[in-house]
Amino acid sequence: MENKGENILLDIENLKVIYKTDLETVEAVNDVSLAVRRGRTLGLVGETGAGKTTTALSILRLLPSTTGRILSGKIEFNGEDLLKIDENMMRVIRGNRIAMVFQDPMTSLNPVMTVGDQIAEAIELHNGKMPKEEIDRRVENILQMVGIIPQRRFEYPHQFSGGMKQRVVIAIALSCEPELLIADEPTTALDVTIQAQVLNMIKELRDRLGTAMLLITHDLGIVAQICDDVAVMYAGEVIESGSVEDVFTGDARHPYTAGLFNSLPDLHSQAKRLKPIPGLMPDPSNLPPGCVFAPRCESRMDACEAHRPKTVQRGSHRLRCHLFGAGQAPAVGGQGR
Amino acid sequence: MAFEGSSMQKGKTEITFKKQGQAREIWRRFKKSKGAVIGLVMLVAMLAVILLADVIAPYSLATKQNLSQKLAPPSSGHIFGCDAYGRDLFARVLHGGRTSLSIAVIATMTSCLLGSILGAVAGYFGKAVDSVIMRALDIFMSVPDILFTMAVVVALGANFINLLVALTLAYFTNYVRLVRSQVLNLSELEYVEAARAGGAGSARIIATHIIPNAMGVIIVNTTLNVAKIILYESTLSFLGLGMPPPAPEWGLMLSEARSFLRTSPHLLIFPAAAIVLSACSVNLIGDGLRDALDPHLKS
Repeated sequence: MENKGENILLDIENLKVIYKTDLETVEAVNDVSLAVRRGRTLGLVGETGAGKTTTALSILRLLPSTTGRILSGKIEFNGEDLLKIDENMMRVIRGNRIAMVFQDPMTSLNPVMTVGDQIAEAIELHNGKMPKEEIDRRVENILQMVGIIPQRRFEYPHQFSGGMKQRVVIAIALSCEPELLIADEPTTALDVTIQAQVLNMIKELRDRLGTAMLLITHDLGIVAQICDDVAVMYAGEVIESGSVEDVFTGDARHPYTAGLFNSLPDLHSQAKRLKPIPGLMPDPSNLPPGCVFAPRCESRMDACEAHRPKTVQRGSHRLRCHLFGAGQAPAVGGQGR
Repeated sequence: MAFEGSSMQKGKTEITFKKQGQAREIWRRFKKSKGAVIGLVMLVAMLAVILLADVIAPYSLATKQNLSQKLAPPSSGHIFGCDAYGRDLFARVLHGGRTSLSIAVIATMTSCLLGSILGAVAGYFGKAVDSVIMRALDIFMSVPDILFTMAVVVALGANFINLLVALTLAYFTNYVRLVRSQVLNLSELEYVEAARAGGAGSARIIATHIIPNAMGVIIVNTTLNVAKIILYESTLSFLGLGMPPPAPEWGLMLSEARSFLRTSPHLLIFPAAAIVLSACSVNLIGDGLRDALDPHLKS
């Protein structure tokens, strides 16, 4: 938390979110701290169910109202705690200052509205007094920007291909020039060639508009390609974070992150098989008392099963693992139990 | 591929073109179904005749008794024959259609409106609001329709307005359930969540994202319901709870014809045919509309 201050746009501290039903309580996000710097991109990596989307929805306060609950923590956007402001203020922020791109472009567009109308709606929502011609002009500009011929604005979503739809979704998200763009696996539903196109476009627009971005993905390749910072989530916790260099090439590496890298194919090595991480993620309604990764960890120690590790800071690199605790008390305490 | 039809329109006329584009598209698909077109032609013809009823056969003909013509079979003077009081059956069918069809259409619309609003509110807001509306609805639905309507008509008296009230109260429950389930489905969808993430409020989401997407189902159900209400309203009249005599009304005419079933079947055949034809044509149109409005069948 050292480089805090002016250049931090979004600062999440100790966020804890649960999903509560009559039957069980799911601890979806546990003590998560993240920071997105102004104009920079933070990649949030982790497997399905790690709490990435829950974190993103908490930022916009869009958790399902019947079950989702934010128990504690702070989400500061430009120094203002989003968890404390009222719903009307929140609506002004949504779409206007923080915009979100959802995973599946096939379902995130309204099938009975033309794409132009949908972009216009987004602009209109936050620029009530803007004259119609001005809105039309902006719709055309934004379509051009995402590489769609403006004449196509009178077409319906079903007349577009998947990649084109995701461009429209991105156009809607960028239409009010937000300070922060949350992209929740924006390319997962697309095939590889289209992924590359859309990613390049996102990258280009981000650089042109200077938008900060929270990119949720499970693809380390994408992270390396467009992110400045990375946070790795596992079972609701951020187990490692830092700059891309820290995480990809740094000397310390969390065993889970190491496992993720081992399960990627490497062009230069002669391995016959990939090395996946054995086991499954723990049941989030019944988390282990110690380190959440301990049951699957190869470097497991006694302390790991007894104590939840504290975050260790090494420059900008933060790790949550007993391995880097430099022989502190927990090791002893762990044997004591 | 991409640059056909509406997208080719340029300049200021674009917006009107765009709207027409969608209506035209639906019409194109509607035309494909033969049954629906036949239904539409039938209904339009019937409506034309009924609307012009005063020109073709004045209302007085429908109520004027002429006992010398009692139970007269169809002839050139009275093409549908005459009833037990010697009233011209053709005029009675025409003017009866006016009452029957307008009650059916208006009652369908009011019940649709009332039901849709309640259903949308229940489905969207959920929780306590939903519980209150749905439990109240359960009470409504636990009373048999016919009993309920009879109670309302008997309590309020039989006239046009009270019939509308009774039919609306009997039928709005369908729409509450229908629209609620649609809204529940639709508000789970990503584009609704995306709209919320874009800062849209509840009213806007319901009006621009949920209702338009549920519209197809609602329209189809409405047309099908018109047919049901035509029959239901005839049932009420048949039981003597419809429009008071001597006003002509299809169900009432059936009821009167019952006693002469053996000797003068034409008293029964003509109003019954009118009921069957109108219900049938509306049903056919409803079927056609369902296919035309279903986005999954777009081609």
